Amino acid sequence: MLELALQGSKRYYTWIAALLALIGVGFACYLYQFDFGLGITGMSRDVSWGFYIANFTFLVGVAAGGVMVVLPYYIHNYKAFGRITILGEFLAISAVTMCLLFIIVDLGQPIRALNVLLYPTPTSILFWDMIVLNGYLFLNIIVGWNVLQAERNGVPPQKWLKPLIYLSIPWAVGIHTVTAYLYCGLPGRGFWLTAILAPRFLASAFAAGPSFLILLCLLIRNITKFDPGREQIQSLAKIVTYAIILNVFFLLCEVFVAFYSNIPEHTDHLTYLFAGLHGKSALVPWMWTSMVLMAVAILLLIVPVTRQNETVLAVACVCVFLGTWIDKGMGMISGGFVPSPLHHVNEYMPTFPEILITIGVYGVGFLVLTALFKIATTVKEEVAA
Amino acid sequence: MKSSRRNFLKIAGVSAVGLSAKPVLDAFATADADEHAATATPEKASNKKALTGKRWALVINTHKLQTKEALEPIIEACNKLHNVPHIENERWEIKWIWGEEFKHAFPGKEDTFLPEHVKHNPFLVLCNHCENPPCVRACPTKATFQRDDGIVLMDFHRCIGCRFCMAACPYGSRSFNFRDPRQFITEQNPDFPTRSKGVVEKCNFCAERLAVGKQPACVEASGGALIFGNVDDPASEVRKVLNKNFTIRRKQGLGTGPMVFYIV
Repeated sequence: MLELALQGSKRYYTWIAALLALIGVGFACYLYQFDFGLGITGMSRDVSWGFYIANFTFLVGVAAGGVMVVLPYYIHNYKAFGRITILGEFLAISAVTMCLLFIIVDLGQPIRALNVLLYPTPTSILFWDMIVLNGYLFLNIIVGWNVLQAERNGVPPQKWLKPLIYLSIPWAVGIHTVTAYLYCGLPGRGFWLTAILAPRFLASAFAAGPSFLILLCLLIRNITKFDPGREQIQSLAKIVTYAIILNVFFLLCEVFVAFYSNIPEHTDHLTYLFAGLHGKSALVPWMWTSMVLMAVAILLLIVPVTRQNETVLAVACVCVFLGTWIDKGMGMISGGFVPSPLHHVNEYMPTFPEILITIGVYGVGFLVLTALFKIATTVKEEVAA
Repeated sequence: MKSSRRNFLKIAGVSAVGLSAKPVLDAFATADADEHAATATPEKASNKKALTGKRWALVINTHKLQTKEALEPIIEACNKLHNVPHIENERWEIKWIWGEEFKHAFPGKEDTFLPEHVKHNPFLVLCNHCENPPCVRACPTKATFQRDDGIVLMDFHRCIGCRFCMAACPYGSRSFNFRDPRQFITEQNPDFPTRSKGVVEKCNFCAERLAVGKQPACVEASGGALIFGNVDDPASEVRKVLNKNFTIRRKQGLGTGPMVFYIV
């Protein structure tokens, strides 16, 4: 089936070329970072994780979000989603690919990355994250590819795939839970030290992933002959609605606990993010933008008339995606590091090369996504014809 | 022909997965084996003069260290000995032992009504060589590990630079080499390794000096303000000092069991 990704229109090749150009720029910046060290980034002694790890965290969510089409189809026998499960699985593959790349570009000594396998350390959550992410990648490749191949050949999928499909459902929850455990088990980081972090991550994941999938479905309908279907898109929209409301609810729970208990270690980070601390307030406009985006999205999604209008729905999905990206990608990681454990307020902003490397990684992800979606939609077109 | 290539790729793929999983499985297998190994370890060739202890601890008498100038020779001794680079840019600083105001050294313990000298004097801070070090738990390669005598060490050649230990440390005791540190060392000490870019480092309680029977460099340079020894030994000087003086520790409530005590 891979050959399907190699035959396309002029527009398809232009898009691929554009992605390759972005990847090229990112890779050049990465070579600079490889030579100079992580000093080219905005990270510091106090904020020792930045944009790379933030985007990694966000994309683990997008990957996990794919399960929201797999679960209703296989567990609840919701037939409509059978048409688009492959899109969820392929989206997960590209998201996990980006996650793994973000980890690599964040390493100070990337050539030693395999030390994680050579000296496995079960007490380290990073070790488990490596296992669950790679496992999820393989599960989705095996399941997605074989189910699509079966569809193309007009035969039912192999029986041995079923257990793997069922395994992939809790596994999706697992990847984001383990990713949350990276943060929420650390003493002295009050912002992350909360039992609700994993649930909150999952809520934002189930909002961001499906909302991106809706946008992709609308795009596919416009540029291919395959229509993912109105009912499918509307069902996804309901999932996004519940998830984004839960995400905001969980955030408000955090705000209540921090400010009613009034324990400085917990309030400081939220104060920094939403009002600024000791005169430092770089993230304040971002955080409020995120809140406004999520509030607008909730409004547009709750009201049936707006949700059912696909143009408005697309706007709502962009709001959800950007809102959760800022919340998780900018606030969640920096927020945990500012103020520092010694209560110094040193802020973080990504640098230009750091952003270009990030875009390069996204370029790789979109390249994988484009190729996989090209294959999937072509097969769907073939089958329909 | 086609099908045999396909089979070859399949077998190669499965083997690759299998090979990479082997050390992972070994780790679980050796978890019990380690216990047996502990009784049967061959004797290490160690220096007869080496200082040995079950649990090393450091007491800092802050009455004797009231000014920035008083801390300087202590910090300098450490920096020189361990090739700690001097980097102007605060973001890339490498710090093993340094001074912080009370409110930063002991956040949560600051108070409007503290005596002026406590509020404004610098307090020495360094790695606490915790009894339950969160950094050791977090490290995915065991590049940071705890010795039997409690000292938390780094293997600079194994560290992959993921900085999980920095997120895990509640004392900000760890530094990352955002740049090649060698260009920032004015006078290199050939007896201690310099580090490369991309690895984390921190205070090692002068493990290399203890091994040849010497006290840590900071203790030696402190003129009696710092006392180092084995807290498990009731006859040791640290224990006597701890018995006589009221001491505090940094963020004790986190359960890390810091091994640096402050007489305030």
